[in-house]
Amino acid sequence: MNLREIVRSRELLYFLVWRDVKIRYKQTLLGVAWAVLQPLATMLVFTVFFGNLAKISTDDEAVPYAVFSYIALLPWTFFAAALTNAGNSLVTNTDLLTKVYFPRAILPASTVLAGLVDLAIASVLLLPLLAFYGITPDATILVLPLAVGLLVLLALGLGMFLAALNVAYRDVKYALPFAVQLLLFVTPVIYPTTIIPEKFRYLMALNPLGGIIETCRAAVLPGRAIDWGQFGVAAAVTAVVFAAGALYFHSTERRFADIV
Amino acid sequence: MARHSIVCEGLSKQYRIGADRGEMMLREALVRAITRPFRKPSEDELIWALRDVSLEVGEDEVVGVVGRNGSGKTTLLKLLSRITYPTSGSVQVEGRVASLVEVGTGFHNELSGRENVFLNGSIMGLKRREIAEHFDAIVEFSGVGRFIDTPIKRYSTGMRLRLGFAVAAHLFPDVLLVDEVLAVGDAEFQQKCLDTLHDVGQSGRTVLFVSHNLEAVESLCPRTIWIDRGWLRMDGPSREVIASYMEETTTGHAASVDLTEDAHRSGGREARFTRIEFLDAEGRPKDVVQSGDALTLRLHYHAERQVRQPYFGLILSTEFGALVAHPNSWTDGLEVGSIGPGDGSIDLVIDRLPLMPGAFPITLWMNRHSDSQPIDHLDHCAVLTVKPPERDLIGRILERRTGAVYLDSHWEIPA
Repeated sequence: MNLREIVRSRELLYFLVWRDVKIRYKQTLLGVAWAVLQPLATMLVFTVFFGNLAKISTDDEAVPYAVFSYIALLPWTFFAAALTNAGNSLVTNTDLLTKVYFPRAILPASTVLAGLVDLAIASVLLLPLLAFYGITPDATILVLPLAVGLLVLLALGLGMFLAALNVAYRDVKYALPFAVQLLLFVTPVIYPTTIIPEKFRYLMALNPLGGIIETCRAAVLPGRAIDWGQFGVAAAVTAVVFAAGALYFHSTERRFADIV
Repeated sequence: MARHSIVCEGLSKQYRIGADRGEMMLREALVRAITRPFRKPSEDELIWALRDVSLEVGEDEVVGVVGRNGSGKTTLLKLLSRITYPTSGSVQVEGRVASLVEVGTGFHNELSGRENVFLNGSIMGLKRREIAEHFDAIVEFSGVGRFIDTPIKRYSTGMRLRLGFAVAAHLFPDVLLVDEVLAVGDAEFQQKCLDTLHDVGQSGRTVLFVSHNLEAVESLCPRTIWIDRGWLRMDGPSREVIASYMEETTTGHAASVDLTEDAHRSGGREARFTRIEFLDAEGRPKDVVQSGDALTLRLHYHAERQVRQPYFGLILSTEFGALVAHPNSWTDGLEVGSIGPGDGSIDLVIDRLPLMPGAFPITLWMNRHSDSQPIDHLDHCAVLTVKPPERDLIGRILERRTGAVYLDSHWEIPA
């Protein structure tokens, strides 16, 4: 995996992202509305069941559960889709792998970046939602790009690892949806990190997605301090995951065309 | 001599076949790791697709590559284009490489012709600016015209091919690797491909041209290499290499071809072709087939379970890929009924073989009646080699290819 080559192939990356986005909404009735619909519907269901009935706390009386969960559902929905699509990106593009040469990492990267387009569209809905509840973000919102950057790296690193593994073992294809489902429950999307007993928090910190999502919440919602310790651990774990994913991908990519 | 743009030394490529190949589940890998921790794959699970091939190709050379199916030609192209990597040996290719293993790689049905030109072009390594620059020429070349903004799922096969090749013709690489692009499409399309390759060759670029169309290889390429079971068998002037290759491949004619090991197959697999036999009118094996002969093609199959009302077909084409005949049991009015489970066979009886001398690749298929989906489809699984008829006493027909059809006719001067 040659970085210079990837940079040289950036136009191919652009075209593959464009293809993914374009195809996703072709021949659909609602088009890009689907990007909003998924986190929106999930948020509504969560708000009724977890917010109103189970009365899960949002840490802050002033923050309604709808906003609390929607902010977390944006990165979560992106991550779940990016991981699934990146993990399957090599096996669904078998004809490209076996017929043309290009830096292989472009495939998982393009699916992750295509997911960012959906994330951007779905994020637009956050504005009227915040306005409705009279919430005005403060300067901490500037941290948001940092958290999103980390989110992309995490999805890419894990996505590359799973994509490479999927080439040799199709178990990945079957295990992925299930794993993503489980991941939702061990990540503070439905609940805040604070409901976890203090002595087990370090275990939660191992899931960098939690730190990233909590940082997103703290960045958007005023009066919620960013837990830099949690964010730092998340960044460190993400760096390790990304490096490991990229390394594994690099060490196996020469065999992709032979065994896929 | 000019600079070399391709240099290979001791190039070898080994593939794993059989159980180890493809979609292994994690469970199998774990079971294997536990039960046979130190076992290395045995020799018979490994095949050498290419062995110790050393090759130098100059900057402005146009080189043909010939060899039987599965001899390693495609593997060579894949190694040169870095799609796959050698087991041992080295490859060095200078300049921008374009490999045409197929045309229209990455075409997406939902996208329009225009969008696919940009997508395919960028997959083949063009910059967006370059594609935009040549866009009008590409459309013009493809002849797709006003359908350029139509989703290509509405295109005919021919239109897709032409559009794909139009992009390929505007790649302007330093090294062009072409693999059997000509095996598809109609005669006009093939001629267009050949003309384009000729132009590319003339413009001082390196071209490696893999083809079964020996005539095209000979006319396009001054030099030809022959790859035989992975080895570089011969390398020299095209005329000599092709003559030796022809001599070996067309002498004799196996009256029976085993199909169980054929890798180029697709379909549902509830039944498979196992063998094709060439028989005479009395049902005896026929080693030599001549124009005008009575010929029976007996297709043996094995059905895993009962298959209801399958229908069978056989496609005969010329070496150039042009369709000659495509008889199938359904249009010919034969009700096959149910077959299997077990072995069985079906005959295609030809009273007088209306083919001129030459080699005619055979494609076999059997389809399900219910949904017309293939049960087994074998591409170019055997070759029908036709010798000149007895009456060609003076060897005139043998002299030169004179079309594909042997007309049941004679000349006379009216009284």
